[in-house]
Amino acid sequence: MSIVLEHVNYIYGEDTPLALRALNDICLTIPDGQFVGVIGHTGSGKSTLMQHLNGLIKATEGHIYFNGEDIYQKDYDMKKLRSKVGLVFQYPEHQLFEIDVFTDVCFGPKNLGLDKEEVKRRATDALKKVGLGEEFFYQSPFELSGGQKRRAAIAGVLAMQPQVLILDEPTAGLDPRGRDDILKQIKQLQTQTGMTILLVSHSMEDVAEYVDRIIVMNKGSVMFDDVPKKVFQHYKELEEVGLAAPQVTYIMHALKEKGLDVDVNATTIHEAAEEILRALKG
Amino acid sequence: MGIIEARDVVYEYVRRDEEGNVEGVTKAVNDVSLDIKQGDFIAILGHNGSGKSTLAKHMNAILNPTEGTIWVDGMDTNEEENVWNIRQTAGMVFQNPDNQIIGQVVEEDVGFGPENMGVPTKEIWERVEESLKAVGMYQFRKHSPNKLSGGQKQRVSIAGVLAMHPKCIVLDEPTAMLDPSGRKEVIRAVRGLNQVEGVTVVLITHYMEEIIHADRVFVMDQGKIAMEGTPREIFSQVEKLKSLRLDVPQVTLLAYELKKQGIPLPDGILTTDELIRALGLE
Amino acid sequence: MLRDITLGQYYQTDSILHKMDPRVKLGGTLLYIISLFFFQNFLGYAVAALFLAVVIRLSRVPFRFMVKGMKAIVFLLLITVVFNLFLTPGTPLITFWRLTITEEGLRLAVSMAIRLTLLIIGSSVMTLTTTPNNLTDGLEKMMRPLRVFKVPVHEVAMMMSIALRFIPILLEETDKIMKAQIARGADFESGNLIRRAKAMVPLLVPLFISAFRRANDLAMAMEARCYRGGEGRTKMKPLIYQRRDFIAYGCIAVYLAVSIVLGRLPL
Repeated sequence: MSIVLEHVNYIYGEDTPLALRALNDICLTIPDGQFVGVIGHTGSGKSTLMQHLNGLIKATEGHIYFNGEDIYQKDYDMKKLRSKVGLVFQYPEHQLFEIDVFTDVCFGPKNLGLDKEEVKRRATDALKKVGLGEEFFYQSPFELSGGQKRRAAIAGVLAMQPQVLILDEPTAGLDPRGRDDILKQIKQLQTQTGMTILLVSHSMEDVAEYVDRIIVMNKGSVMFDDVPKKVFQHYKELEEVGLAAPQVTYIMHALKEKGLDVDVNATTIHEAAEEILRALKG
Repeated sequence: MGIIEARDVVYEYVRRDEEGNVEGVTKAVNDVSLDIKQGDFIAILGHNGSGKSTLAKHMNAILNPTEGTIWVDGMDTNEEENVWNIRQTAGMVFQNPDNQIIGQVVEEDVGFGPENMGVPTKEIWERVEESLKAVGMYQFRKHSPNKLSGGQKQRVSIAGVLAMHPKCIVLDEPTAMLDPSGRKEVIRAVRGLNQVEGVTVVLITHYMEEIIHADRVFVMDQGKIAMEGTPREIFSQVEKLKSLRLDVPQVTLLAYELKKQGIPLPDGILTTDELIRALGLE
Repeated sequence: MLRDITLGQYYQTDSILHKMDPRVKLGGTLLYIISLFFFQNFLGYAVAALFLAVVIRLSRVPFRFMVKGMKAIVFLLLITVVFNLFLTPGTPLITFWRLTITEEGLRLAVSMAIRLTLLIIGSSVMTLTTTPNNLTDGLEKMMRPLRVFKVPVHEVAMMMSIALRFIPILLEETDKIMKAQIARGADFESGNLIRRAKAMVPLLVPLFISAFRRANDLAMAMEARCYRGGEGRTKMKPLIYQRRDFIAYGCIAVYLAVSIVLGRLPL
C-alpha cells in the first residue's frame, strides 16, 4: 500500500505556443503512514504534483500507482481514488458553502453514496479530529474565525476517511499560534490514525519539527528528498534557489564557524539549546 | 503632535442575529491612544482578530471611531471635508494583492491615484516612473498585473500609493498571503521607502521577522494595546508574547532557552551575530 | 480549458497598430465589418482579405494566435455553412436522398463562411492590439456625447474595465473551487439536467461569496486611493489623435471605397 510515481512529466498547455514544463521526470515512492513535507516556492511545481496524486491533473507522460494499481489504466475508478487520497487546497475555507458546518462536512461522505447514519458518524468523527466541538456543528461556516473555518474545511476532506491526506499550505495566513495549533493537530492525526500525510509548504522552519521526510521541489524537479537533517545540510544550495533552511541551521553553522564545537544538524530549538549547552560545558 | 495621533479611540460594531435583533456589541478597538512621529517605522503586531486591521483602517478614514479622535497630520478623521486630504496624506496598502490592483497594465494602475487627485498628465507620468523605480518594479511597467508574483503585485500596490505622494503609508498585513521570498521583497521595499524617501511607515503584521527593524512596536490584543516598545524590549518578553498567540524569532527563542538553562545572556537577542557576541565567541 | 479563450485577449508587443488611437481601431473595425456585407462578388472578399492580411502583418501578432481564437467558433461556422448549403432555394446542383445543394446555396455558404471568418479575425485584431483599458477609454470618449442624455458614461466605462480585469482572476478561482469540490467527490459531469444544476451549488455559492468579497475589497482600495467618480479626474493617457491616426483613417477610407466599388462589380 503506497503511492509510486514513475517518470511523471507534465507539460502545461501542451501544443500551444505557451507550453510550459511544469513537472520534469518525477520518480517517488511514498510508503504508508509517512509524514512528508513537500517544500518549494511558488511555481516550483509542488501544487501541480499534488493534484496528480488524486487524479485532478493527468500526467503528460509517466505512471502513478496507488496501492499497486496504475491510476491511468482503463476503467480505473477515479472517484474512489479521490476518496482515498484526500486533498485539502490552499485557503480551503473558500470552498465552504453549506448552511452549517456539519452539513458542509457531510458533503464529501454523502458524495461517496454512504447511508445517512454513516455520513453523520463520519462527519462527527472528522470534526472531533480537527478539534471542533459540538458547539460549532450548527453554526454557519461563515461566522467562524479564520482558524476555525480552516479546521471545518479540513474536516470536510477528513470525513471521506482517506488513507492519504494532502494539505496544500494549511497554515497560510494564520497567526503564529494558529499555525502551531493546526500543525500539532495534523501531527496528532498522523500518529493516531497512521494516515499518510503530505504537507505542502514553502517554509522549512514550519515543517522541520513534524515531518519524517522532506521533498524539495525546484523548477518542476525533485531537488532533494531525504530526512530533514540531511536536507538542511544543503542549506547553501537551498539558499541559491530562494529557499531557506530553518534559522536554527544558520545559527548552528555560525557558532561552529566561530569555534564552538556543536553538531550543526540540530533542527529544532530544543535540540540546538541542548547541543550548545553540551558544547559550552565540554 | 505626530503624523498620526489617536486619542481614546473606540470602535464598536453591533452583532445581529438572523432576524436583525441586536445580539451584542463588540469593541474591535478598545480605548487606544498612540502617537506616531513623522519618519518613523512603526509595527503593529497582533494575532488574527486582535483589532489591528480595524485600527489601521481608521488611519485612512475608511472607518471612523465610535468614540475618541484620530488626527492625521493634524486633520480630524471625523470631519467629512478632511477625508480626501487624509487619504492623500496616509496611503493604504491592503492584504490581498489581487483585490487592490485596478489597472490592467502596471503603469496604469500606479497612475490611478494621481488621476483621481487631478494631477496633470505630464506629472502623472513622472510620479509613476519615480514610484515604480522606488519599489524596483520599473522594468515591469508594461506588464499585466495578472502575470506578476504576489510579492511583485504588492510592490505595484505600494507604488500606487507612493505616486499619491503621501507622508505616511499604512500597510495592512501586506505579506500575509505571500511566500517567504515575496515577503522579503515587500519588506525590503517598505524599508527602502522609510529610509530613502523618509515616508512614515505603519506596518501591520503577525510575522515576527518583519518588525526587527521597526523603531517602535505596538502589540494589540482584544482591541487594546497590550505591549509597546522597541523590538528588543518586545522580544525580551517571550512568555508574554506567547500568551498573546504570537511568536519570537528562532534566535531569540534559542537565547531564551539557553538563559533558562543558566547561561548568562541578555534579554531580547535579535540576530545570530548578537548571540555569538553574547556567548563571547568573537 | 477555460483559459484557452483568445477572443478578446490582448497580445503584448510593439507595433504601429498597438500605438494607434483606440477610436481609430474601434471605428475601423466597425466600418470593416459593415463593408463585408456590401460585397456581391468574390473580388470584394479578396480585397478585404488582402487588407486584413496587411493589417495583421502590421500588428506583429503571430497569425497562429488568431487562428487559435477561431477554434471556438468552428462549430458556429459549420452550422451556418450547412444551413445555407441545404436550405437555399434555387438551381439544383447536386441532389442526394432528400437534400439538394443549389448553386445559390453554395455561393451563399461560401460567402457566409468567408464573411464570418474575416469578421472574427478582423475584430480579434482589434482586441489583440488594444489593451482592454485603452478600449474602454476609447469607448468612453466616443460615447461622451451621450452624457447630455444623463448616461453615466465614465461609470459604465470604469465598470467594464474592472470586469475585464477580474475575468481571468475569477476564471482561475472557478477552476480552483471546482477542483476542490471534485476532490470532495462532487460530480459536475453526469446525471440529468436537474442533477447537474444542483451540482453547481457547491461551485456557485463559494464563487459568489468570493466575488462579493473581492468587490468589497476593491471598493475599499479604490476609495483609499481617492476615487470619487469621473468628476475632477485627469488622465494618465489622454486620447489625442496623432498623425498616424489620421493616416489610418485615410487608409480605411481608401479601403472602403476600393473594396465596395470592386465588390459590387457585376462579375
